[in-house]
Amino acid sequence: MSKSVLVVEDEPNIIEAISFILSRDGWHVSSHSNGEDAVEAIRARAPDLVILDVMLPGRSGYDILRELRAGEGAGANLPVLMLTARGQTKDRALAEEIGASRFMSKPFSNAEVLEAVNALVAP
Amino acid sequence: MAERGRGGSLTGTRIRERRNLVGMRQAELARRAGISASYLNLIEHNRRRIGGKLLLSLAEALGVEPSALSEGAEAALLAQLRQAAADRPEAGADLERIEEFVGRFPGWAQLVAQQGQRLGALQQAVEALTDRLTHDPHLAASLHEVLSTVTAIHASAEILVAEKELEPEWRDRFNRNIREDSARLAEGARRLVEELDEGETSEAAIASPQDQVEGFLSDHGFHFPALEGGAEDGAVEALLSTAGERLGSGAARLMARRVLDRYAREAAALPVSAVIEALPEGVVLDPAALGARFGVDAGRMMRRLATLPADRLAEKGQAPLGLVACDASGTLTFRKPLDRFPLPRFGAACPLWPLFQALSRPMMPIAGKIRLAGRSEGVFVTHAIAQPVGAPVANRDPTFEAHMLIQPGRAEDPVDLPRVGVTCRICPKADCRGRREPSIMAESGG
Repeated sequence: MSKSVLVVEDEPNIIEAISFILSRDGWHVSSHSNGEDAVEAIRARAPDLVILDVMLPGRSGYDILRELRAGEGAGANLPVLMLTARGQTKDRALAEEIGASRFMSKPFSNAEVLEAVNALVAP
Repeated sequence: MAERGRGGSLTGTRIRERRNLVGMRQAELARRAGISASYLNLIEHNRRRIGGKLLLSLAEALGVEPSALSEGAEAALLAQLRQAAADRPEAGADLERIEEFVGRFPGWAQLVAQQGQRLGALQQAVEALTDRLTHDPHLAASLHEVLSTVTAIHASAEILVAEKELEPEWRDRFNRNIREDSARLAEGARRLVEELDEGETSEAAIASPQDQVEGFLSDHGFHFPALEGGAEDGAVEALLSTAGERLGSGAARLMARRVLDRYAREAAALPVSAVIEALPEGVVLDPAALGARFGVDAGRMMRRLATLPADRLAEKGQAPLGLVACDASGTLTFRKPLDRFPLPRFGAACPLWPLFQALSRPMMPIAGKIRLAGRSEGVFVTHAIAQPVGAPVANRDPTFEAHMLIQPGRAEDPVDLPRVGVTCRICPKADCRGRREPSIMAESGG
């Protein structure tokens, strides 16, 4: 059975492109575009990996990750690839501090995403 | 040698001018002061700094008050130069010869001081811009949108290039996405440029709102005839509309409006003629007593006195007045400097100022004389008071603000006065209990 990834991102065309390349690579891809109920969506779908944008409507990706890591169960150890529009050192440091498995700044290339995802979860 | 053109305001130049005026030879003055003629020559050419006993001897021999020789309008220029030297200690500026520099090369000294000020303003501008990129949520959102759109275009374009055998419906889809995203990118980039532009990039606007307001007030000499004697409706608006770039930011305009509204109210309650009439002739003013005569508190009286024009004050033999105010945190919220009492523009003031003593003794007027540590050791009379902001509210602790009125002293009692500075970095006072950071100035022995 193919591994699953949940893309939490509010930009539909980024979702579409990421979905395309990951699907071609054998991943089962679903998406969620709102920050407010993202934690519930992640817990309900229990994916093998989450790609999480930092700037989401309703709630920031940092807050979402904090709640995931603080809670019990799968979310605490779930591999999370964070996407941000700012590659500043302090953003990277903050992402690492609150438990991001990996950090990537926009714009990134498809190959980078693919490499990161496969490095985090063996397909 | 090039001497100071504007009335010779350096100590050495003043000594020489006074000596020539009374027709005394250099050798004679030197003898009376107990120094060699060649040493006096160095002093007169501002190549030796003097103070203390020697200054008193020379003043006595010349029949003038020591302050007439020592207190010059150059204090502000010297303070600016010292600040410039403090900002670049690695340049190794020779502070011992700062007066000689000002005396011999007045134009160059002005230039260095102005460059130093400009550098400070530009540094502040850079900090403001950096701060904006980091903390402005609108700007951050716009940047994020542009970068996200670029990412979407990039990802779609990569798929189109990499996937040689892409199905036509996918190809059409990604082509359409790129077209949509390109339009959004164009719009997002335009908005970003607008936000960055927005008239906020001019230097005046980047100066802090307080700096802008003080620059505006200073342009008007802190006095507004249009607001005197019952200002007409719209007078404040009219003044603000003429400020243009001076008040380049919305925050500065808002703060200026508050200051001017208050000015108009206080001008109506305390008309210029009545206040001038009430001033004592040629002796130190007591704002608390004056305020009591008009039924207003001391802080309000101080603010009003600081707005009086120099020519009207001169009618009663009074010199222009300086004013400084701070909030309960000690942050300076208002600065009207005097030529010989410069106020710090960046960084905090001397904690020994009576202004700050007043904060620890609310509602008690604190009057006294101080000497400003430094070259001129000028004497000033200060009146300070801390008062609650706004009307009292039941069961709520008041918040205090303090005002300090600064009058030039008359140097009749120049010994044993508390010595205060302007700000630590350029203050020469040794063993100071209030010192926050080391000074670049060595205590002058002269």
